[in-house]
Amino acid sequence: MLKNLFMLIVAGFFLASCAATKTEQGGDTDAASASASSSSGGEITAGTQEDLIVNVGDRVFFEFDSSELTVDAQATLDAQAAWLMQYPDTNITVEGHADERGTREYNLALGDKRAFSVYSYLAQAGIDTNRMEYVSWGKERPEVIGSDETAYSQNRRGVTLVSN
Amino acid sequence: MFLSLNANAALEVTIAQGKVEPTPIAITQIFGADSDTARYGNTLRQIISNNLTNSGLFYTVNEDLYIQSDNLVEKVPRFEDWKLIKAQFLLSADVSKTDKGIRLRMRLYDVFNAKEIEKLQLTIPDENLIRRVGHTVSDIVYERITGETGYFDTRIVYVSEIGPLDQRVKRLAIMDQDGHIDSHQFLTDGKNMVLTPRFAPNKQLITYMEYKNNLPRVYIYNLKTGEREIVGDFPGMTFAPRFSPDSQSVVMSFSDPNNAANSEIYLMDLNTRSRSRLTNDSGIDTSPSFSPDGEKIVFNSDRGGSPQLFIMDKNGDNIKRISKGRGVYGNPVWSPRGDLIAFTKLTQGNFHIGVMDVNGNNERVIVRDFALESPAWSPNGRYLIFHRQKRSNLDGTGGEVTIHFIDITGYNERIIPTPRDGSDPAWSPLL
Repeated sequence: MLKNLFMLIVAGFFLASCAATKTEQGGDTDAASASASSSSGGEITAGTQEDLIVNVGDRVFFEFDSSELTVDAQATLDAQAAWLMQYPDTNITVEGHADERGTREYNLALGDKRAFSVYSYLAQAGIDTNRMEYVSWGKERPEVIGSDETAYSQNRRGVTLVSN
Repeated sequence: MFLSLNANAALEVTIAQGKVEPTPIAITQIFGADSDTARYGNTLRQIISNNLTNSGLFYTVNEDLYIQSDNLVEKVPRFEDWKLIKAQFLLSADVSKTDKGIRLRMRLYDVFNAKEIEKLQLTIPDENLIRRVGHTVSDIVYERITGETGYFDTRIVYVSEIGPLDQRVKRLAIMDQDGHIDSHQFLTDGKNMVLTPRFAPNKQLITYMEYKNNLPRVYIYNLKTGEREIVGDFPGMTFAPRFSPDSQSVVMSFSDPNNAANSEIYLMDLNTRSRSRLTNDSGIDTSPSFSPDGEKIVFNSDRGGSPQLFIMDKNGDNIKRISKGRGVYGNPVWSPRGDLIAFTKLTQGNFHIGVMDVNGNNERVIVRDFALESPAWSPNGRYLIFHRQKRSNLDGTGGEVTIHFIDITGYNERIIPTPRDGSDPAWSPLL
């Protein structure tokens, strides 16, 4: 340690001189928070996120620690596939999410499997994969805040977002 | 329980059920002849006293009790005076300005044996290094008296959190191990979410995961240059990175779109940028952590149905499950001493942070609460840091997350202060 200290006297303290930003926080521009925006009333434009949410259903839910699509989820995705066929210029991103009862890293993996389950179901239903992307948010972007099963069941989800 | 006795230091350690009785040490005023050096002295005394006290192995005898008030750097202490107030050890120091910078002189005395056991003189070019001098002196005292390697001259990188729980802004931040606000720096601006930073053994690099353009990928942050470089730059998510002990590779999870987005563990050579796949299973494989000799990797996998801990050779051979208890395991981290693995476990509605032998035997829980995560070892393998999160409520309240320090005996837990919420702490090696 003394040797280390001697070396730092010679070399200077690299950590002190590192190019750390000292700015105050910037806005969080992550797009995830845009999910599930509610209808603001009035006419719904066909082929939009709002249309998907109100008339089709933009999300599916998963059982605890599972990425398998339930029967309900498959029905929702069949409807999403039909809707995407109807609006062939629409591209989507599928987000996979987990509840908070797992480690951050495990939930990232689980969220990716969930997103991919949705993505590959839609692909098998005939949606061109060039129109689709998928991403895991693990447990980082809950839909419902809360530490109970009511919140968790809403947070274990795959969400389809219109990306163009 | 992990204290080795150093005969020369005449340490008397009382261990009752793993709890160590703190050793009383007196720290004189750290003398300075002018206002600057007196100020440095006050800062140094505070740093040293806080460090030693926070270790749980020492307490600083109250200054008001001191009978002798002299500078004891060049003068032999009146040991009787220090015995009277039950100081077992005595530290004295002074600070002066020289043509080379700021000079500290220190003496450490064993009061009961009435002798000097350590002396030190060091010079720093400017006051920016004062905090490091304080930490270095703390390490010397700690090492001399306990016989263990110190851990004070180290830094903690973590994720600073602010904002609503469903739109959290997360930034990389770094601070001294004591969390002192003067040492605190943000490394990223919060535009992109960042997660799970880990120090390289070479002390200069941090690997972490960042959502740049909404693509979750592993990056490396260079503390010297401030540059950020992507490591896992191919289609599919890369995450859960950790350095190999030689800092030349990163082991991480890769979720390959051509493999049904199932997470496997890969090793990425940072020089050649070649990657090799270590696991091949339909379950999730993640959270890899190297043994300190670089021969083995512990990781988290749900290949048996529920998430458990496994060990494999560095090339992926000889996979063996080690976790034996009930519950869902995660976050395994190999101790720098090589003898223990820290982990989290979710069972009966609570998270637990514990340690087990590398073969999975002798599992013991260190701390239990509703939400605990991200254990990380002190470089001397005696302490863990982790984060603790409160329950959140439907109205958006709660969910506060803080960084904690604990002795692996389960004693001496304390919060490491951060200006905002903090999670995912990782400890640097001794600098």
